[in-house]
Parts: sequence; C-alpha cells; structure tokens
Amino acid sequence: MQSFIQILLRGLLAGLVGGLLAGSFAYTVGEPWLDRAIAVEEAQAAAAPPEPDGHSHEEALVSRSGQKAGLFLATALFGVAMGGLLATAFALLRRRPRAPGGVRSALGLAAAGLVAVVLVPALKYPPNPPGVGDPGTVTARTVSWLLLVVLGLLAGWAAVAAHRALRTAGEAPRAAAAAGAFLATVGAAYAVLPTFQEVPGGFPATLLWSFRLATLGTQFALWVGVGLVFAVLVERLGRSAAAPTATPVAVGA
Amino acid sequence: MSGTTATTQAAAVPARVFWTALAVVGALLLLTYLVAFDNGAVSQSGMLLHELMHDGRHLLGVPCH
Ligand SMILES: [Zn+2]
Repeated sequence: MQSFIQILLRGLLAGLVGGLLAGSFAYTVGEPWLDRAIAVEEAQAAAAPPEPDGHSHEEALVSRSGQKAGLFLATALFGVAMGGLLATAFALLRRRPRAPGGVRSALGLAAAGLVAVVLVPALKYPPNPPGVGDPGTVTARTVSWLLLVVLGLLAGWAAVAAHRALRTAGEAPRAAAAAGAFLATVGAAYAVLPTFQEVPGGFPATLLWSFRLATLGTQFALWVGVGLVFAVLVERLGRSAAAPTATPVAVGA
Repeated sequence: MSGTTATTQAAAVPARVFWTALAVVGALLLLTYLVAFDNGAVSQSGMLLHELMHDGRHLLGVPCH
C-alpha cells in the first residue's frame, strides 16, 4: 500500500512537470496558429447570416488572455491525470512476475500512452483548430475519438501478447507478430469507425497543417516529459528501497 | 523471506491496494473529463471551465467544437 502511494505521488509529480512542459510548447508554438484560426473563424461568422440557435462569441466568459493562462491550467491538469494513470498502471503491472525493470516499463508505458492516446486517434481524427468542425457532430466525434483511444490501448496490449506468445521463436518473427497484431487492430478500428471530413473549403491549408503539428508537438512534450521524469523518480525510489537489503544478497551469493 | 512466498505476494494485488487504485483511476478519469470534455453539465460551472481551458483542449488535440 505504502509503495503504491509512493509510486502514485511520483506519477502525479511527473505529470505536472510534463503538463507544464507541454503548456510551454503549446504557448510558444501553438498559440500563434490558434490566434490565426480564431481570426478566420470570426471572419466566417461575420460573413455568414446570424443563426438564431448558434452560440454567439460576443459574450465571451473568458478573455483571450485568460484563455492563454487557462492553457497552462489545462495542460497541467491533463498531465497530472495522465501521470497518475501511468503510475497506477506501472504499480499494478510491477507486481507480476517477469515484469521488465522499473525504468524500462516506465518508459514503455509512456510510449504506449503516446501511441494509444495521441498517434492512433490523431491519424484517423486529426485535431482541428477553432473554425473547423461541425458543431452538430461534436458528440459523435468525441465518442469515436474515445473509442479509438481504447482501441489504441487494446492494440498495444495485442502487440505485447503476440510478442509473449512466440516466446520460443526468434526476435524477428516475434517483432513481426507484434507489429502485425498492432496494425491489424488499428486497421480494423479505422475501417469500422466513421470518418468526418469537415474542413471548410476556404480554410487556409498551411494554418491547418501547422496547427495539427503543434498539437502533436504538445502531446509529444507531455508524454516524453512524464515518461522521463517518472522513470528517473521510480529508479531513485527503487534504489533507496533496495539499498538496505543489498548486503544479505551479496553474502548469500 | 522464501522465494515462493515473495512470488505469491508479488503476483496478487492486495484488496486494499486494488480498491485504492480503482478509486484513484476514477478520480483521475473525472479530472480528465473536466479538462477535456466538460460542457458545464457535470461541473455545473456553465461554460466557464470549458472556455477557460478551451485553448488547452484544442492544442492537446481533443475534439472540441
Ligand atoms: Zn473549441
């Protein structure tokens, strides 16, 4: 129990660091594109006839500078949540016999998070700036995106299971089986889930592309930050826990 | 501590750790929901939380509007 709490606290701290790193990246690289997208969105709204049920942007609850500060709050809280989930998975998996070493599984889990939560959904549903996307499909898009996150995690599990199943085979066939299991799961998910093509015809292509790259960079900074900080912290925790028992082991050997 | 006992203890997750972990996962998923998906329905904050963290949602790549 104590060790679970120790690991969890380290995960939350690593998540905070990764989240603030992601916030700094998003603020520097992403915000200029976000501002431009909002300008395009406002120009579109001004040109279009007013909709009676559409929500108006005039009565903003939070100013643009408030939203830029809120960016750091959002990435920090999101990082804390991801760091905590990563640490919980790490603590539960660590109890299994034949689990890989601390640093390796900490980095492996962060890489799995990046692939499942970011890359797998982003290739099917690339992130959109304000001004892109039909408000009427936002629920369908969110549900499909969440399903793809779950299926991305499942694909990662399938790859590990395939790799383990071929324990007697060589490393090349095992890697091929793992890649095959991953790609088959993701391919099936891409084929089954609906596609949304909602970029307005006149939306600047460079702006869309740069914005999407900035979102990938933000998530990359978050998961790399979380993974590295968490790996360092659990490695130090493992060393301090192992230190008192090191002598009897040496005598026994 | 014998090797067998150590392996059995390591393989099974004690009930207290399991329930704590489950509660932690629930709380963290709620936090994720509030940051990434809330429209005021759960937080009862109207659109305040949504708008405050709106830039973060878009730059984290979460489907928004
Ligand atoms: Zn939005």
